[in-house]
Parts: sequence; C-alpha cells; structure tokens
Amino acid sequence: MGDWKTITVPVLSSDSKNIFSYTSERKISPTSMNSQVLRLSLPSSKNMHSFFSAFCTEENIEQSISYIDRELTTLGFPSIYAESKGKELNLISIINCMNELLALQHKNLRAQEEVEMQHMKLGSDMDHLQNCYAKLKDQLELSKREIVGLQERDRQLQSKNRNLHQLLKNEKDEVQKLQNIISSRATQYNHDMKRKEREYNKLKERLHQLVMNKKDKKIAMEILNCVGRADGKRGAWRTDKTEARNEEEMYKVLLSDYEQRQKQLLLENAELKKVLQQMKKDIISLLPPQKQKPKEKSEDGLVLSDQEEDTGELNKENMWELSCETVREQLTNSIRKQWRMLKNHVEKLDNQVSRGHSGALTEKDVISREDHELETEKLELEIQQCKEMIKTQQQLLQQQLTCDDDTTLFLQDCYLLEERERLQEEWRLFREQKKNFEKERKSFTEAAIRLGLERKAFEEDRGSWLKHQFLTMTADCKSENATTPSAFLRSKYLVQMMFLHSSEPDIRLVKCASRQRKPPSVLSTPVSAEPCQTSQYIAQNSVVSEKPAADNMPNLWVENDDKEETE
Amino acid sequence: ASCVQHRLVVRDASSLQLLQLYTCLDQIQYIEWSSDSLFILCALYKRGIVQVWSLEQPAWHCRIDEGSAGLVASCWSPDGRHILNTTEFHLRITVWSLCTKSVSYIKYPKACQQGVVFTKDGRYMAVAERRDCKDFISIFVCSNWQLLRHFDTETQDLSGIEWAPNGCVLAAWDTCLEYKVLLYSLDGRLLSSFRAYEWPLGVKSIAWSPSSQFLAIGSFDEKVRILNHVTWKKITELDHPATIASKNTIVYKEVEKSPTVDTERLSFPPTRELASSLFSTQSKYDISQVPVSLQYVKPVADRANPKVGVGMLAFSADNCFLATRNDNIPNAVWIWDIRKLKLSVVLEQLCTIQCFQWDPCQPRLAVCTGTSRVYLWSPAGCVVVQVPGEGDFQIVSLSWHSSGDSMVLLSKDNFCVCYLEREEV
Repeated sequence: MGDWKTITVPVLSSDSKNIFSYTSERKISPTSMNSQVLRLSLPSSKNMHSFFSAFCTEENIEQSISYIDRELTTLGFPSIYAESKGKELNLISIINCMNELLALQHKNLRAQEEVEMQHMKLGSDMDHLQNCYAKLKDQLELSKREIVGLQERDRQLQSKNRNLHQLLKNEKDEVQKLQNIISSRATQYNHDMKRKEREYNKLKERLHQLVMNKKDKKIAMEILNCVGRADGKRGAWRTDKTEARNEEEMYKVLLSDYEQRQKQLLLENAELKKVLQQMKKDIISLLPPQKQKPKEKSEDGLVLSDQEEDTGELNKENMWELSCETVREQLTNSIRKQWRMLKNHVEKLDNQVSRGHSGALTEKDVISREDHELETEKLELEIQQCKEMIKTQQQLLQQQLTCDDDTTLFLQDCYLLEERERLQEEWRLFREQKKNFEKERKSFTEAAIRLGLERKAFEEDRGSWLKHQFLTMTADCKSENATTPSAFLRSKYLVQMMFLHSSEPDIRLVKCASRQRKPPSVLSTPVSAEPCQTSQYIAQNSVVSEKPAADNMPNLWVENDDKEETE
Repeated sequence: ASCVQHRLVVRDASSLQLLQLYTCLDQIQYIEWSSDSLFILCALYKRGIVQVWSLEQPAWHCRIDEGSAGLVASCWSPDGRHILNTTEFHLRITVWSLCTKSVSYIKYPKACQQGVVFTKDGRYMAVAERRDCKDFISIFVCSNWQLLRHFDTETQDLSGIEWAPNGCVLAAWDTCLEYKVLLYSLDGRLLSSFRAYEWPLGVKSIAWSPSSQFLAIGSFDEKVRILNHVTWKKITELDHPATIASKNTIVYKEVEKSPTVDTERLSFPPTRELASSLFSTQSKYDISQVPVSLQYVKPVADRANPKVGVGMLAFSADNCFLATRNDNIPNAVWIWDIRKLKLSVVLEQLCTIQCFQWDPCQPRLAVCTGTSRVYLWSPAGCVVVQVPGEGDFQIVSLSWHSSGDSMVLLSKDNFCVCYLEREEV
C-alpha cells in the first residue's frame, strides 16, 4: 500500500488549497520501499481531470508553462521554449519531452511492478517460514514431553528392579536362615538322640547283666546228637595261627579279586590301544597326501616325523607290551594331533564348500580357486597333448607299416604272414641247401673214398705191374738178395709216388674242403668216414708241424702203409 | 517247606507231595532251610525257642532255648551248622554250633534293617554294631568265628550293609536322614564314600549287580543312581517321572477284559465255575502309546517314612536289566536296560505292586500285585497268568525256584506253585 504524500506545488498558491482539497495524500516512505508493495494507482479519471484542470487554468497558463519548463530543465530535458526568448513554445521539444516523460513513466511502472512481485514473493516466503517454525516448535514440544514420559517409565522400572533384587536377597537370606535352622535342629536332634541312645544302652547293659546273671538251665541247647560239620572237618581251636591264617586267606581273596580285575583291565586296555592305533592309521590315510609332501612347514614335518617315530615306537611297544605313562601319553597325543589335523582339514573343506555356494569370495579363495582352475586347465591341456601325441604316434606307426588306413591290421598280419612265409621258404631253401651240401659232401667223400680206393687199386696195379716189371727185370739179374727187393720196391714206390703227388693234393684239398664245409651240426652223418679222416687230419697236422714242405709224401706213404696194414 | 500254625510241613518241590510233618511246641514265626538243605530251623519268637529238624533223620531233634533273653531273629550260617539268634532288644547275637554245642556271643549288634550279612561264598560275615553312639562293622570268618576286622564307619546311624557278590566289597548306607553310602573293602579299608545331596531324605534301597560291577542306589528323590566298581563314582542317574515321553520305551498297560458270558448257558443256580469266572476279571496287556502319564500318588507330607522314592530294586541274573518301583507311582514297574542305561519297559498294573522277583536263570521278571494273577515279563514280551482256582487268591509275594522252572506264589493263607514249561528248542 502506498502512502500518499502531498506534493506541494510551491508555484500555485491560490490553487494549492484546491489541490490540497482534491489530492489525496501520497506518501512514499523510503524505508518501507523494500517491504511494501507499491501500488501506484492512478487517481480516478475524475480526480485526474480535476487535477489537471486545477493545475492549469486559463488565467495561469504562462505561469504553469514557465513552471513546467523550469521543472523539465531541472530534470534534464531541453527547454520547451523556443530559442528566442519569447513566449513561443517549441512544440517539438514539448512533444519530445512528453514522449520522454511517457517512456520514463512506463519504465517506472515496470520497475514498480517488479518490485511489487518481489514484495509478494518475499511475503509468501515469510509466511511459509513462519508456518515451518510453528510446526517445528510443536514437534519439539511433543518430543520433549515424550522424553519426559520415557524417563518417568525408566525410573519406575529401575525402582521395580531394585525392589525385585531386594526381594531376591531377602529370599536368599531366608533360605540361608532356614538352612541354618535346619542344621541347628539337626545337631540338636542328634544330641538328643545320642542322649536317649546312651540311656537305652544303659538299660540294655542292665538287662544284659540280669540276663547273664540268670545262668539257669533255661538258656541251653538240647540236641539229640552232635551233627558233623558240613565239610567233615573237625572244629579247630582258635589260636594266633588261625588268626594269621584267616588274615592270609582274606588277603588272598582280595588279591585274587584285584588280579582278576587287573587282567580284565589289561585286556580292555590292549583292545583299546589296538583300536586307537587303527584309528590313527585310518586318520593318517584319510588326511590328504599334500600334507605328506616334504615342502610343508616345519611343524607338519616335525609332526610327520613324530608320527613315524610314534608308529615305530608303538609298534615296538606293542611287541614288548609295555604300558608306561609316556607311551600312553604319546599315543593319545599323536592321535589328538592327527584328529586335530583332520578336523582342520574337514573344516577347511567345509568352508571352501560353503564359500563356493555363497559366492562371496575373499582374495585368498579367489587365488586358490584360480590356482585350482589353472591347475585343472593345465592338466587338461596335458591330457589333450598326450592324447594327441598318442594319436600321432599311432598314425605314424600305421603310416610306417602301410599307406593304407583301413586295413592296417590286416596288412600287419599280412606282413607278418609274408615274413613268416618268407622265413619258411628261406628255411626250406636253407634246408635244401644243407641237404645238397650234405649230399655233395657225401658224394665227395664217397668220391674221395672211391678215388682213394681206385688209387689204391691203381697203385696196387701199378705196384704189381712194376713188380712184375721189376721181377721180369730182375729175373735176369738172378735173385741174389731176397730181402732187398721190398726196400727197392719201396723206393720205387716212393719214386712213383712222387709222380702221383701232383694229383694227391687235389684229393686232399677236396677232403679238407669237404671237411671244412661240413657244418658242425651234421657231424653224425659221415660217421664211418670220420675217424679215418680225423686220423688223417691229425696225422697230417702232426706231420705238418714238423716238416712243412715236402712231407706230404711220407704221410701218404704212412697212410698207404696204414691202409695196407689195415687191409 | 511250609508251616501251618505249629506244624512244619515239608513237601517235594516238583510234585508237592507230602514228605515230612513235624510238630513244634508253639506257633512258628519263621522257618529257614540250611544251606545244604538237610535241616530246617523253626523259630518261635514268642517262646524264644528255635527248633531244628533234620530231613535225613526225622527222629533227630534239636532245641535251642534263649530263655529270658528272648528271640527277635534267627538265621543259619552259610555252612549250615550254626544258628545265629538275635536276642530281644538286640542285646546280643548268640552263635550256637550244632556240631560242638558251643556258644559264641557277638555283642552290641545294631538294630537295623539288615545288620548281619554273609558273603555269597559263605566265608565271611559282616555284623553292624553300635557302641557308644558310634557305628562299627565287624567282619568275622565263618569257619571259626574269629574276628577278622573291626572298624568304625562314618555314618550317623547305619541303616544297612550288603556284600558285593564277589565278596570283596561291603556297601554300608546311612539312615534316610543322611544320604551317604560307604564302600569298604574286605580288609576294612574305606574305598570310597558317595553322597548325592545333603538335606532331603536319602537312601531307600540298594542292590548290587550280579557281576559286582554296579551298585544301584534308590533314594527318596525318585531317582536311582548307579555307581561303577572301578572308580565308585556315579555313572548315571535314572529318573522316574510320572509321564513317559521317550519313544524308545514300551509301556505295557494292564487292561481289564470284560468276561464274556454266554447268556444262553446261564443256568440257575449258577455253577461254581460260572460264578468264579463272572467274578474274577480277566485282564491282559495292552501297549500304550507314548506319551503316557502314570498314576501318581501324592505322599502325605507330615508322616515319617513317606511312600516316596525308589523302594524296590532288583538286578536280573544276567546283569542286563534292573527292575525298580517308584513308591509314588506304585502301580508301575520300571525296567531299565543296563547295557544302554536307558529305560526300556514300563509295566503299568491295575493295582499296587506287592512284590517282584527275577528268575535266577533267565531275564524273566515275575510281578504280583495282590490280585490272583501273576505277571511275567521277559524281553520277548509279557503275559498275564491267572491262578486257577475258586475264590480269591491274592498273591502277596512270590519266590522263584533256583532252577528257574517254577515259582511259589504266596497269599495270606495259601500258597501255590506255578510251573513254567521250558520251550523245546
């Protein structure tokens, strides 16, 4: 709301009163410029007209014009008078000034609008904030009240708690008191009982005395005849010896009982030890073989060595059946260790499984899993490679054997058969050759024998012929020496032999060759010819060693002699 | 042997044929066979006389007169040749010898429920004594009645002693005001003492297992505690609650069968058999479904010796089962499996259980409840056996024959022998 202020128009004195009467006050307080929305409302048309007519009338035109001019010049507008200082009005400048004033008015109106808008906005903001403030204040009060209430309740509960504690303490005290009462009463009763018992005992004693005093015939045993003892023995006197014997027997009974029990316990112990050892073995076998690698930590290594030591020791112990504390402790400790290891292992496996199921992997698991996977991949690759290698090798083998792929086996078989057949053929050939050789040898030997025989015959013939010749020759000379002809013949023979020498080596060579060609396995065939030939050979050898060159003759001579002798 | 008034009747066990008949001076209160079955003693407490009869020589007689000392209890010694008489007021125990006519006295015996016990092999006898308000135990050698050991016990008021079947350990327990069980070895050393709790009422009954491995202690808190013979420590507690919830227990409940009466065959006047069959109710066993709640009797609070707790305990002969009766639940027999230390069977009867006893050879339990039926249980099952006969035959107690083939059922005035057939295998 704008306050209207009076704009005193100092020029118009007579009209000012009219103006006063007609104008409403317009106040624009500079302080409330910001907070208040200026509402400039033009005065109503009536007022306007009256105002306009009040300002400028016909009488004071010049004054009003000069006033307007003064105002305009003070505002910075050009003068509305014409340049010549006459009373002529410059219409153009008047219009310009009016235009400028209108523009100014528009601008001012717009500014006013803006200011009013801002003013409204601020007012609504303020309303809103005031509402919030009021609400928060209410909430604060509410919560304060709640706090107070809760505190109150808390206090009540605490007091109840204290009361209950107190009650409990009272009850406990009562119980204690009652127990004390009971114990005191019990002691009192015991005391009273003892007193009464003593009285009773006194009475009993008295009665006993009375009874014993009356040693009359009433207390007696009447028995027809004595009965023998159940075990037929006589009654024994009570002496110290018997006492000692009794003690002995008693102790014997006790000892036998204890021994029996101890035996049972030993048996049980032995069984349990066996079971424990079995369990230990099972546990060791159950544990994963990783643990048995030598790369493990020192503890495990120590444990392993302990295990081995333990098993070794315990086996020994079992053999010797000792049961001392240390052995027992060792066994139980080792089993406990194994069990713990097994437990840890199982727990680890469980954790792994659970983690695998849940899916939440920590770094360790990731690594281990990855490692595991890598390892499995590696292994798979290896497997693949091996398979491939095997395949290639197979193929190569097949290729080596045949070019065909289909009937490799058949071909192999065929090859084998072929080879076998070839071998058989070769064998056959070989055998044939052997036979042939044998035959040849036989024939050769026969030939040699025949030759020998023929030669012998021939020699004989020659000899006879020579003899005959000689005889015919010497028949003329007269038979002076009968003994010399044989030697002469012999020498003659020798001479003749020399001629035949050339043919001999061939035969001998043949013989040697045949002998040499003779395979060692076929020794049996020419049995008959063998010893002679060997003897010949040996004879030859023996003689050869002595005289190399021309000793063939005497050999022949010897053999001929032999032959002659044999024949 | 049985006694009627002042006559002693001896019958054959397998045929119940009358063998001997003896007459005593007065009414007989107690009879006992000697260990070799050659003699029977008849104790006439009122007259203070014990008469002994011989089976081999019916003409032989023996009479022991205690005179003014009176007679309260009498029993044989294990060798069958000595009789121990306890005089009135427990003044002394007189040991009469039948062989030598000699007398020995044991002074200051204790007046408790089980004061004189013999070992199973009959070598030693333990006597509970009390001098100057302190309890003692004396161990005697039975062969010559020499005192072997005499030691005091740490009990307030010794209530009973019992030898272990192996004869090496003696269990002694205190009065029910104090829970205390002491174990002494044969030579008088205290092996161990067991105390389960302090103030409530204590031990009610005790039983050794036949192998001497376990000692079962039944107490007033409805529990049985079992101690083992190696450490003499408790190995388990067996509880007797009123509701049975475990699935492994079989509960046999005795159920009455209403007798079927053929209405056509009714005749007037009714025959005796018909009458008896009408009046006597048949019953059989039924298996109840777990959970079962048993009949519970609340004990009267301000009376002494309340009917609470485990009052009857018995081990089976093969050491496998333990039968107990909780006195609050007087209709049920609880059978525990000792190998598993668990409750295996509960027999719920219609009436209060009077007595039960194990077969000396097999794991078979015979139970009587005061009706005319005897109940047999074995691991194979349980059966109700009706005693045939007219009228009421209320079985009050029973006793097995040592061979396990027959048992004697006793009622107030009569007794009958029940023969069990052996299965042909």
